[in-house]
Amino acid sequence: MTTQLPPGLQIEKVDEKIMTLNVGPQHPGSGHMRLIVKVDGDYIVSCDPDPGYVHRGEEKMAEHRNYITNIPHLERPVIHDSCNILYPYCLGVEELLGLEVPERAKYIRVIAAELNRCVYTQYWLAIYGIFLGHSTMFMWPAGDRELLIDALEKMTGARVTHAYFVPGGIRNDVPANFEEMCLRRVNYFEKRIKEYADIFYDNPILISRTEGSGVLSRNDAIRLGTTGSTLRASGVDFDVRTKEPYDVYDELDIKTNVLKAGDSYARSKIPWLDMLESCNIIRQALQKMPKSGSVRVKLKPNPKGGNDEVYKRVESGRGALGCYIVSRSKPEPYRLKMSVGSFRNLICLPYLLKGEKLGNMPAVYWSLNYWPVEADR
Amino acid sequence: MSTTPEQTKPVAKAETKELPKFEKSITDKLEAKFASKVAIEFVKPTRIRVKVAKEDILDVAKFIRDELHFDHAESVTGVDYPDKKEIEVVYHLGSYTDPELAKQILALATGVPREDDPNPGNDSTKLASLRDIFYSVEFHERECFEMLGVYFEGHPDNRRLLLPEDWSDLPPLRKDFKLKGR
Amino acid sequence: MLKDLLTPYNANVFVGKLGDVLVKAIGAPLGYAINWSRLWSLWPVHIETACCSVEFGAASGPRYDVERFGIIEAFGSLRQCDLVVVQGTITRKMAPRLRLVYDQMPEPKFVIAMGACAITGGLYFDSYNVLPGIDGVLPVDVYVPGCPPRPETLIQGCMLLQEKIKRMKAR
Repeated sequence: MTTQLPPGLQIEKVDEKIMTLNVGPQHPGSGHMRLIVKVDGDYIVSCDPDPGYVHRGEEKMAEHRNYITNIPHLERPVIHDSCNILYPYCLGVEELLGLEVPERAKYIRVIAAELNRCVYTQYWLAIYGIFLGHSTMFMWPAGDRELLIDALEKMTGARVTHAYFVPGGIRNDVPANFEEMCLRRVNYFEKRIKEYADIFYDNPILISRTEGSGVLSRNDAIRLGTTGSTLRASGVDFDVRTKEPYDVYDELDIKTNVLKAGDSYARSKIPWLDMLESCNIIRQALQKMPKSGSVRVKLKPNPKGGNDEVYKRVESGRGALGCYIVSRSKPEPYRLKMSVGSFRNLICLPYLLKGEKLGNMPAVYWSLNYWPVEADR
Repeated sequence: MSTTPEQTKPVAKAETKELPKFEKSITDKLEAKFASKVAIEFVKPTRIRVKVAKEDILDVAKFIRDELHFDHAESVTGVDYPDKKEIEVVYHLGSYTDPELAKQILALATGVPREDDPNPGNDSTKLASLRDIFYSVEFHERECFEMLGVYFEGHPDNRRLLLPEDWSDLPPLRKDFKLKGR
Repeated sequence: MLKDLLTPYNANVFVGKLGDVLVKAIGAPLGYAINWSRLWSLWPVHIETACCSVEFGAASGPRYDVERFGIIEAFGSLRQCDLVVVQGTITRKMAPRLRLVYDQMPEPKFVIAMGACAITGGLYFDSYNVLPGIDGVLPVDVYVPGCPPRPETLIQGCMLLQEKIKRMKAR
């Protein structure tokens, strides 16, 4: 090595032909994330992602709060998908404490998780529209998701950041006529999102900007360890809900959507197909749900786990979300680690952007289903 | 390969019931190849944990990738144990290609010595990087480096990822690093 | 006769009174007109940090339409904007960049701190990377509390800002 630099610093030589461009942390898209892009004319030579502008230290804070007071801050990485973020945490704590969740609570959890997945995917599609300059694609999803947010608000009391899942079940039962109300809304929602096929996915703007850009082959997707819609758009059939079912997903009929192309167009289509599948899942769960029963196991104050560790994973809107909890007989966890889909997909970005045109960068970047807050935790 | 519960008792922490067969077959393959270098910590349905010394981690990881068909890392975690004076790095490995292994997660753990006054990159907290074997650990190892001070030798790019550029305090996830007011 | 009226003293008084009349007849309505035009076209720069950006996005959606107040989604450059809505947690890594964004905007500019994290650090008050509120970085005009604030609360915050601008001196 030339000189001994402390880790964290690097020497960079300035080149005459290649320009370094700072796609800075504040940009007219969404979320704070910097990309240091080196361009040669119009083609990207290399890309260096620089996340961490929203790093709030969730894992360190989790070591100072007990299992119940950890819930509000752990759900905030993705606030409109908060049920799916809490899901592996609750499953893990239930295994550590040896709790048995009642049947009705499991079904309601599945319904809440699928509603959250739809709400998240709609917002992601809305921001994708802004990135591509298609403002109808912002307005339609932003309006349609309000129906499901109403249903969630009647269930949990809050529009977003529900704090609904607790270890042992859910916080409170759904109101009396929830089933018909939810079914009506889901049916109308499904009718609306079927119209997206014509206006978005058959649209020359979307097709010309996303088709053929950022192609991820099947072997590369496996080797890079991607997850979620990025993986399924490259031809790998893997969904945690079918491969390692949790709660009552093994009793429901779920179809996994897989596309083979691996480009940004396929990656933008898979979440929409997953939303249609979610509507089916919600309808089945509403039918099979037990009509009455308790929804929560009573916990002692300050529950403690033994000397144990647990790793649970769940399919969230972005991919497999894993939670690793180490406990040492104290009310607080000794170590809590969340392995989030956005962070795992981040490695695709320097890999895919080599050789792309600069104008294709927003389309490829957002199509990886990347949520900056979640990747930084 | 016949397995009896009595033979596995010393390894499995005196469990009287029988261990799950499929997971047991995986750990038996590991034990057959590496004998005393690996310590099987637990064998639960769909979860296996294996502890290895830091000198053997590359061989064990290569065996796991080639023979046992685990092909990517789900996450890399560092856990700080100041009382045992070590930092444990746990790799959770999963498989996309092998349909029988779709549910399994193998936790591969190693320990590195921990110093009370860390100098990340220049002290004895070093570990061989698994990036050449599992490409997916690249960003996870960078995060582990900045959060706990574990230097990964052979990693092409050991820089900080999430923390501010001018961070000069202790690595945050160590137990010595106190949050304000706690 | 006019020459008798036009003494130096009278001329001074006349000019002084003319000044008062001009201020009341043209200056105050002009200031009112300038303020009116600023109120109804506040273009925000999006500091879409973390959680609250979702509620701001919902506020721009069809149901809680914030565009009827003139706050369009100005996804252009920040040299054309005059409102900074800090939505969410500002970390130590982001704080210098936030100040840079604020300095690059032309005058007059206003700041809305949205969400508990931007006001006092919120839920993350004891984290090692979070600023306890943005008061040390930017001069805030309106604080909108909530975690995250509902879109109606954000609209009320914008209307409070409009009241403040109405009472300001148009410079």
